[in-house]
Amino acid sequence: MPDAPGTELLAQDLREAHGDDAVVGTEFFRDKGAILIAPTAIGDVLETLRGKGFKHLMSVHGVDYYPHEPRLGVHYELLDRDALDRLAIKLRVPLDAPNVPSVTPAWPTANHQEREVYDMFGVVFDGHPDLRRILMPEDYEGHPQRRDFPLGGEPVLFTAAETAGKDYTIGADQPSGSEKAKR
Amino acid sequence: MTDVTTADYRSGEERIDVTQRVQALPAPAPDQELLTLNMGPHHPATHGVLRLLVTLEAEVVRDLKPIIGYVHTGIEKTVEDKSYWKGIPVIERMDYLAYYFNAMAFCGATETLLQVEVPKRAQYLRVIHMELNRIMSHLVWLGTSMLDLGAVTVWWYCFRERETILDLFEYSSGQRMHTRYFQVGGVMEDIPAGWDKKLREFIKIMPEAIDQYLDLLNRNEIALRRMYGTCPLDAATLEGLGVTGPLLRAAGNPWDLRKAMPYSSYEDFDFKIPVGSRGDNYDRFAVRMQEMKESVKIIEQALDGLPEGPVITDDRKVALPPRHELATSMEALIHHFKLVTEGFRVPPGEVYFPIEGPRGEYGVFMRSDGSSKPARVHMRDPSFVNLQATLPMVKDAYIADLITTLAMMDPVLGGVDR
Amino acid sequence: MEIVKREKAGTPEDFRVRQLRAQQMLRGDLEGDDLEQYVQERVITTTLDRAANWARGNSLFPATFGLACCAIEMMSVVGARLDIARFGFEAFRASPRQADLLILSGRISIKMAPVVRRIYDQMLDPKYAIAMGACSSSMGVFNNYAIVPADKFLPVDVHVPGCPPRPEALMHGILKLRSMVHSDPTMGWRERYGAESTVEVLPDEGERLRAEHAAAVNVSDGEGFPGA
Repeated sequence: MPDAPGTELLAQDLREAHGDDAVVGTEFFRDKGAILIAPTAIGDVLETLRGKGFKHLMSVHGVDYYPHEPRLGVHYELLDRDALDRLAIKLRVPLDAPNVPSVTPAWPTANHQEREVYDMFGVVFDGHPDLRRILMPEDYEGHPQRRDFPLGGEPVLFTAAETAGKDYTIGADQPSGSEKAKR
Repeated sequence: MTDVTTADYRSGEERIDVTQRVQALPAPAPDQELLTLNMGPHHPATHGVLRLLVTLEAEVVRDLKPIIGYVHTGIEKTVEDKSYWKGIPVIERMDYLAYYFNAMAFCGATETLLQVEVPKRAQYLRVIHMELNRIMSHLVWLGTSMLDLGAVTVWWYCFRERETILDLFEYSSGQRMHTRYFQVGGVMEDIPAGWDKKLREFIKIMPEAIDQYLDLLNRNEIALRRMYGTCPLDAATLEGLGVTGPLLRAAGNPWDLRKAMPYSSYEDFDFKIPVGSRGDNYDRFAVRMQEMKESVKIIEQALDGLPEGPVITDDRKVALPPRHELATSMEALIHHFKLVTEGFRVPPGEVYFPIEGPRGEYGVFMRSDGSSKPARVHMRDPSFVNLQATLPMVKDAYIADLITTLAMMDPVLGGVDR
Repeated sequence: MEIVKREKAGTPEDFRVRQLRAQQMLRGDLEGDDLEQYVQERVITTTLDRAANWARGNSLFPATFGLACCAIEMMSVVGARLDIARFGFEAFRASPRQADLLILSGRISIKMAPVVRRIYDQMLDPKYAIAMGACSSSMGVFNNYAIVPADKFLPVDVHVPGCPPRPEALMHGILKLRSMVHSDPTMGWRERYGAESTVEVLPDEGERLRAEHAAAVNVSDGEGFPGA
């Protein structure tokens, strides 16, 4: 892993190559470095890092930082197989402008992974060849893995609810079947 | 009619020449009619509920679109609602053939966040169970793939060995599948008496069993004609697509996280990484068969070198105290209560913990916000990423080769859809 | 198209009594006269019917329908240790038109539920469904937005608990189904709702069928049954 000074040096190189506002910050946590960048610079940053040896993009995944703003984050895990290094590139976008340039043309592995981030979080990847839902049905509404999306599921039928005459298939606090039959 | 002896048969096998294939298929003529066919999600040859939209010109595949999500279970969101300990059974059910690997990645990420150390005996036990799981996953792969190819007999032999492995799992943890054996900080329990004897019997029979499968397949003309030289893909394209695991090793790149970035004491063991040369379906098959043999070697070394000691960390804030202490120690009782009701709190931060599973790199990204429930768990599943390589592999090949390639890619839809 | 349902018989108390007797029958507790009376009052069977039921029960063709982890244990049932061929069920058919037992092995996501329903509808009568495992019977380990329990969209005859159920447990469930087919094929949802079968609904027929169903003959509105 690049150690803490190494991460700083990488961040410095990125600032020199792409401007001061490309890099928002660095982190070094549990022996692994991470660089936070501005969303518009992601394509250039990844290309520069590819030149430095991080030739493999292992994972693209999304995070919802609710309630902290900007809320949606996208992380890119890079791997350098020759130097046995890993590096994380992180960026954050707000909910009202969730646009990130897609890296799929340069990194084909990001195709399905960006589609999953779009499906689950609603981050729109500009320039993606085929941005549609991948895991949920095509006409599903909502982005399930956001923190404020309800978990859903069925109410569990407990014996007490059954003997109290509550029909669990409608809802735990709905009137019982006998009232429905009277109508 | 004269008797055909085994020697005749074997010498006949030697003379099989599978390098002579039909001529390379030409590019489509401009006025050819293309047929779009829907394979799946209910289909005997897709490994699970995978749907493929295949565009065919006669029998040649020109385009392919995989549609997934038919077994999407929302596991990542479910785990956000459970404490770390209670999330382990949920995470195990992602890639349902590699449950120890799912649990290992999750526990490893949690242990990294907590900075808790796993005792050596627990690491060795984890390695033994993971390698047994790798063999079991490859056995199911072999059985079902050969079922797709028509070599139906192999399936029963593979499942015979699989039952032996599941007996071992049941012996050590009480469950055949999804055993919840790996815990944060170590393993749930020490192995019972007699388990190592049973494991040694298994180590003795397994290489012979693998030779049995190879006997059935390695010089079988039909299997060879279907696998040899079909759907090759070079390592550079595979790396661009993010493919890892036996698919990449079959193409010539010996990247394996167990050797390159070892975790859980893998550096203590001496084993080789099988690598292919052509990157076609036969190499993918051969690489996995040899991996099974190497896994047996690792298990034997781990069993011989199994150190004494605790099987779970003795940090009581993370691992449950042993039962007998609950009767005498008030602190143990309080720790037990806290761990079972609320769970341990994990310091805030984000980690990515990758391991080498039977299909490639399993990585767990975990974000903790300081509470007792994870704030985000994402599984970088290898089958999800490897599926993107289907189209480059089968483009301009026969649809029969598509079936073989899907089988050799070993996708497990539980991991793809999570 | 007219939807005709069978006369539904009895009051909720009758139903409960019948349920308990059915339980006794399946456990093998009914003997001699009791058993004769039970069979006679429930089902009017001729020897031909009984022979047909015996043949059907001993030659169920399961459909190859593996969804998730339970599918691996379903494969184990076919394996050599717990050989399903002993009972005659080893012919797993890929086409639902040729199968008569649907073993829902695994979690059913909302994307997959319509597909499962279509496959069930495409099966020909008599057909049975086993919900194998916790995920298909109830929500299982995952109680969330993405999963549907099988009872919500298709009638299930036997639920097999477990996560995943041992092959022996699945075998027990299949054998229970077999004894039901032998003795009383209409036990369960068919008798409770007075239904003959299910109907395959093509996407453009849905509204028309719903309108006709409202005016159909002998339709129960679920009144008076427990939980209705």
